[in-house]
Amino acid sequence: MHIDLRTVSIKPLRQTFDHVARRIGADKPASRYQEGSFDLQATTNFHYRPTWDPDHKLFDASRSAIRMADWYAFRDPRQFYYGAYTLARAKQQDAAEANFDFVESRQLADALPDELKAQALALLLPLRHVAWGGNTNNAAICAYGYGTTFTQPCIFHALDHLGIAQYLTRIGLLFGDTEALAEAKRAWLEDERWQGLRRYVEDSFVIKDPFELYVAQNVALDGLLYALVYETLVDDVLATRGGTTLALLTQFMTEWFAETRKWVDATLKTAAAESAENKAQLEKWLRLWGERAAAALLPIARIVPDLDSDAVMSDVVQQFNARLAKAGLSL
Amino acid sequence: MDMQATKKKLNLKEKYRAMTRDLDWNPSYQKLEDIYPYASYEGVKIHDWEKWEDPFRLTMDAYWKYQAEKERKLYAIIDAYAQNNGHLNVTDARYLNAIKILLTGVTPLEYMAHRGFAHAGRQFPGAGPRVACLMQSLDEIRHAQTQIHSLSNYNKFYNGFHEFTHMFERVWFLSVSRSFFDDAVSAGPFEFIVSIGFSFEYVLTNLLFVPFVSGAAYNGDMGTMTFGFSAQSDEARHMTLGLEAIKFILEQDPANVPIVQRWIDKWTWRGYRVLTLVAMMMDYMLPKRIMSWKEAWEVYFEENGGALFKDLARYGIRPPKWLDQIAQDKDHISHQAWCTFYNYALAANFHTWIPSEEEMDWLARKYPNSFDKYYRPRLEYWREQAAQGNRFYNKTLPMLCQTCQIPMLFTEPGDPTKICYREADYKGEKYHFCSDGCKEIFENEPEKYIQAWLPVHQVYQGNCFPEGTDPTAEGFDPLAAVLRYYHLESGRDNLDFEGSEDQRNFAAWRGQATTNA
Repeated sequence: MHIDLRTVSIKPLRQTFDHVARRIGADKPASRYQEGSFDLQATTNFHYRPTWDPDHKLFDASRSAIRMADWYAFRDPRQFYYGAYTLARAKQQDAAEANFDFVESRQLADALPDELKAQALALLLPLRHVAWGGNTNNAAICAYGYGTTFTQPCIFHALDHLGIAQYLTRIGLLFGDTEALAEAKRAWLEDERWQGLRRYVEDSFVIKDPFELYVAQNVALDGLLYALVYETLVDDVLATRGGTTLALLTQFMTEWFAETRKWVDATLKTAAAESAENKAQLEKWLRLWGERAAAALLPIARIVPDLDSDAVMSDVVQQFNARLAKAGLSL
Repeated sequence: MDMQATKKKLNLKEKYRAMTRDLDWNPSYQKLEDIYPYASYEGVKIHDWEKWEDPFRLTMDAYWKYQAEKERKLYAIIDAYAQNNGHLNVTDARYLNAIKILLTGVTPLEYMAHRGFAHAGRQFPGAGPRVACLMQSLDEIRHAQTQIHSLSNYNKFYNGFHEFTHMFERVWFLSVSRSFFDDAVSAGPFEFIVSIGFSFEYVLTNLLFVPFVSGAAYNGDMGTMTFGFSAQSDEARHMTLGLEAIKFILEQDPANVPIVQRWIDKWTWRGYRVLTLVAMMMDYMLPKRIMSWKEAWEVYFEENGGALFKDLARYGIRPPKWLDQIAQDKDHISHQAWCTFYNYALAANFHTWIPSEEEMDWLARKYPNSFDKYYRPRLEYWREQAAQGNRFYNKTLPMLCQTCQIPMLFTEPGDPTKICYREADYKGEKYHFCSDGCKEIFENEPEKYIQAWLPVHQVYQGNCFPEGTDPTAEGFDPLAAVLRYYHLESGRDNLDFEGSEDQRNFAAWRGQATTNA
């Protein structure tokens, strides 16, 4: 049955803003992502050079070696504007909260074998600081990148990293207490196993080119780290050794990685497809940061005992390279 | 069980600390000054970032939860408002012009705030302020987008909204708000947080944000009103951040006091000048008025601000400069601005009009010292001229102030019949100003302000014509070319409200929606 509800119908003068219509090719209804993102960043007639970077305009595509005829060629396949983003995260947060509740109410943290618990803390808690680095770097890409469809997802990504650091903190407080956090921070600062990674993160803090930073942080480091730690070590290895509780508590990270990877891949693909020069530049960065990230992560993989860490790492790298190949990049 | 018993229970502050600043560490592979290269050049001295008191304690899980709930409600109302042709419920179609100013002049500032806070949130060496700034950066893109989405439906039915991003970078009067924010974001991170976080968000927000949102509520604009109410709790967070930032900077070193004082002087005056647009909107553009500009200034600045500056006196901070002039100006600026826009209605993306007799009486009651004496005769004269078919449109270009970029429309303190002009020489060039405040701001940073992209200068230099324009061609009409450069549709976006397409359509559609004719 069809129910014929009526509203007073008035013919609109136009369907969307003109600058949006130019981008979607016609005056037709536009999505909230499109209206909320296209051309929001100023591109011309700037008033003052930034006192903190007088060699550039306030927003300046030449901060990057990547060249785009149109930076709005970048699109977020998730179509995240603020509203869509927060709704998606709130849903995941609900699930995470339920998982934490489940673990807490059944005291599953105490049920975890001590040895496994110690491994989990040693592996996961220093990653709070890595996530904090991801927060810092994505703030930089958002601030110094060019074009809203490229920079907007980075503020979401920055706060996601903070959220992940906070979930890891909760895991630390649930399995141990503040001493566990302090111990992990000592490891981050002093333990030999973590120094390669800490050096990587600190070196990334001084990268000036926002796209290189994107490659170093969002592509190379996160691409390898999330695949190694959450998808492999937690979900495959520790889970089968009695650590399903852990997998429950890191579900947010696993799902987040699967989701954000789509956006990261789309960004890479668009930049690489633009020109041979871009492709070559991206491959150069990927070799540099990809190799460094893999080398820095190997000692982290070794935290989990009774495991052929070299083989695990090489699997992760192989999958990573296959992922890049799909984006049009060969290493 | 044992373990739980021995676990130390964290209080809220300790827990938030573990969730935020404890994530940071002292780097050793790179130098601090390379990681935070912009932390010292402004001369602000910070000895201990640990002294930063978190202005609010919101972890990301709670943030997502609360904000998503607000978004759900807001978009449900935006959708219902659009579906039910809510735009036909506004008091009268003149109101739409107020929200054209909001979308073209303010919404892009929300976006700039988003980028500016991302910059500040990257650059402060303290983890506490970084987290707070990044959360604000995220909120600010929310505000830009919820405004766009709330006003998107108006764009479908009315003129003047359709090119807001393009116009923001080009149209003469929009350079007032744009240059204000460019000024803030091009400053260092400390000046940025004092300018936007403190001076703008804390001191002046009630004079910017509240008039638009209350104006919407008073005039039946549920879309804009709902956005405003939904943003209220974000704004409260932003205000606490601004206040904490300034107290923290002042407490860190006595040498910071004169630096901050100069910024407070500068940004109160810069902000006050931008608010001229709001003053005009409140007194002339809202069919149902909330209060007069003068009353708003008295309540929100003189009373609230007075208490604030009393509180800051213990740090050695005095109230901002030039308040005596502002106190005299409050009887005048809204009228002077409206008269100017009435003149230049050819080149603006909104309509102007002569207030009705009843509205003039309201203005006379609210401005007993100025309206009948100085402004009513002007408006009545223009009304008379328009009735005779001589609606006056000024086709020349006004001189702009080098600092605030507002046309020279303000009068001498103490003499509302004489336009105020100031000038300064710098490196062999002469620069012009609307006031002592704008002149002093220039003289403190001449290298910055000589860069200003002044719309009138740019037009005269031929930089505001569409590409391919030949100004030497026979019959070249420079004004028409400038309007094309603005993407302003002459005859639809501009001119008097009387006889406009907006006026006609609104009347016809309201008739269609409320009668059976």
